[in-house]
Amino acid sequence: MEQDQKFDIVITGDSKWYELKLKEVFRYRDLIWLFVKRSFNAQYKQTVLGPLWYIINPLVTSFISTIIFGNIAGIKSDGVPYFLFYLVGYTLWNYFSTCVSATASTFTTNAGIMGKVYFPRLTMPISSVLYAAVNMIVVFVMSILAMIVYWLSGNPVHTNIYVLIIPVLMLQTAVLGLGVGIIISSLTTKYRDLVILVGFGLSLWMYLTPVVYPISEVPDSLRTIILLNPMSAIVQNYKYALLGVGAFEIGYWGVSIAITVLLFFAGVMLFNKVEKTFMDTV
Amino acid sequence: MSETVIKIEGLKKQYRLGTIGGGTLTADLQSWWARKRGKEDPNTEIGTDMSKVGETFYALNGINLEVHKGEALGIIGANGAGKSTLLKLLCRVTAPSEGTIKMSGRIASMLEVGTGFHPELTGRENIYMNGAILGMTRAEIDSKIEEIIDFSECRQFIDTPVKRYSSGMYVKLAFAVAAHLDAEIMIMDEVLAVGDVKFQQKCLGKMGNAASNEGKTVLYVSHNMSTIRQLCNRCIVLEHGKIVFDGDVDKAIAVYLGIQKGEFKSHYLFSDTVRPSLEHGGKIFAEELRFLNNSTYFVQNEPVEVEVKWKANEEVRRVGILFMICTLDDKTIGFFQSDKLIDNRAGKEYSVKVQMDISSLMEGDYYTYLDIISLNEFGTHVGLDRPVEKIFFSVRRSKEYDGIIWNNNALGHVEFPRIETVNCREM
Repeated sequence: MEQDQKFDIVITGDSKWYELKLKEVFRYRDLIWLFVKRSFNAQYKQTVLGPLWYIINPLVTSFISTIIFGNIAGIKSDGVPYFLFYLVGYTLWNYFSTCVSATASTFTTNAGIMGKVYFPRLTMPISSVLYAAVNMIVVFVMSILAMIVYWLSGNPVHTNIYVLIIPVLMLQTAVLGLGVGIIISSLTTKYRDLVILVGFGLSLWMYLTPVVYPISEVPDSLRTIILLNPMSAIVQNYKYALLGVGAFEIGYWGVSIAITVLLFFAGVMLFNKVEKTFMDTV
Repeated sequence: MSETVIKIEGLKKQYRLGTIGGGTLTADLQSWWARKRGKEDPNTEIGTDMSKVGETFYALNGINLEVHKGEALGIIGANGAGKSTLLKLLCRVTAPSEGTIKMSGRIASMLEVGTGFHPELTGRENIYMNGAILGMTRAEIDSKIEEIIDFSECRQFIDTPVKRYSSGMYVKLAFAVAAHLDAEIMIMDEVLAVGDVKFQQKCLGKMGNAASNEGKTVLYVSHNMSTIRQLCNRCIVLEHGKIVFDGDVDKAIAVYLGIQKGEFKSHYLFSDTVRPSLEHGGKIFAEELRFLNNSTYFVQNEPVEVEVKWKANEEVRRVGILFMICTLDDKTIGFFQSDKLIDNRAGKEYSVKVQMDISSLMEGDYYTYLDIISLNEFGTHVGLDRPVEKIFFSVRRSKEYDGIIWNNNALGHVEFPRIETVNCREM
């Protein structure tokens, strides 16, 4: 009769590839939220400017880009004021790159706690992605404010109905960043130097994405290659939605979404495979 | 029989010996290429025995175990016996190589307290953090936060970042969180080693209560036999990844301490036994000890007869025997000393028969060392020989014992002579 007893948890050596365990992650949503809060609280404790850094960082980056890419290199911006062009261009790109680099080191930086207690490991990268969203939202609000300022000072700013898809673009960026990040984090348990590669890879990737240049400036021969990069369609469509420059790349966006979904599920499966025994190899 | 909450079948955990990979992709490819061509791996350390690399090691080798609801199970074993690996598998920190573990109920693991504490956050924030990591929801923590703070004895500092805490406070806070988790299964790995004695007792009390009154299941690993004895009602002994004993706590401790299956030796030869120092065994050399009862199970009211043989290499005056009696968890509870001192002559062998009255020693397992000493007229003694081998024996209650039911934890191990009622009259 004991045989028939139901057990809640069954642990075995072999894992199934199709197990996503997303339901369990949902059950630990309080934990995700606390991880986000922890990062937020811990980041700017004992700093002079505190959360002001959320504003200073993008301002400085956009300002430097205005000088280097705009004024010195003279790259065109489809008629949009340089500063606004870069601020908008960086918004989603920076979000993506923060997601990737923050989640890429999930296993290595949290080995201490993960070696002691069980919780769904996926909560860690998810909370990194959510935390990075804070930063992105701040930059988004700043772009809106900057647009209002430019509009008041007589600059033409053409926002259009496509602003409604902006939340979708943000979500897609998060999912793509998470997918890429957890694939890398699964591989870094064995090969630590992949983390260094992430730094190089991301800066290279940025130049393959229309962040600091408009897609209209890309020669036709390269355009297809650049647009096949899933981030390109996202950044381009975001710029179009907010600033009304360039074109709305619907076809390439479809490809981009397909790649995003594919990378995300591949990432989660790989992650679940690795999380079971990574303590033995990390 | 109550409900089974943990069922382990054929559990194995395998580790590979030697370095796992070079750590970089290039190094791994290099090693792989070298092996392909039958050459020596350029990434192994010089002098590594190549036949050993790639060999596997079973940290756990076929564990079968069932734990029932309300049990407090102690897990003991030497370093490397697989205790921590077992707990890690139970806590799902890593996955088994073979076999299954089935569990019902929530698990609170305390493999190391304070995991998930962030130094920048305050005590209160960390309670929420740690609780969530252990699987509590915010509402649950809300309802218990006051109780947790009280238990941790850190109320005064609860809104200070934990990086300013002393290590003791840190541990107390962490334990308080874990102990208040409403888990059906609690897994602890020597967490009580830190914290002061008072707090340790409080924790053990809390755990013991959880097991006996609240029907929770406790799994506890420790090298501290007295806490095992205090907390657990069942104990397993692990050796080389296998369970070698499962059952009564006292027996398990006896097995762990090196006695096979509870059979105690009644004859000891000390010619090859290690001595604690170079001086020991010089003037006097102990050769053997024999329990003349031919058993090591004694009943309280029977005297224990022991024969000790030694050789005197030099002339020593006033030689006697000293037996320190210790419990299996290394508490010294008293001693026996010779009533008569013997003057030894050089080159002679001595055989001494002694008799000890153990009527005041209560039921339980004990060990002692044979200690040969010389005692001068002023009462100071010099150790002459002391073979480092524990001599185990067991005391059982006599049929005539009419006192209270004995509990070693509460009452110790020695009963003093009964209170003499001098006079009693009805008033």
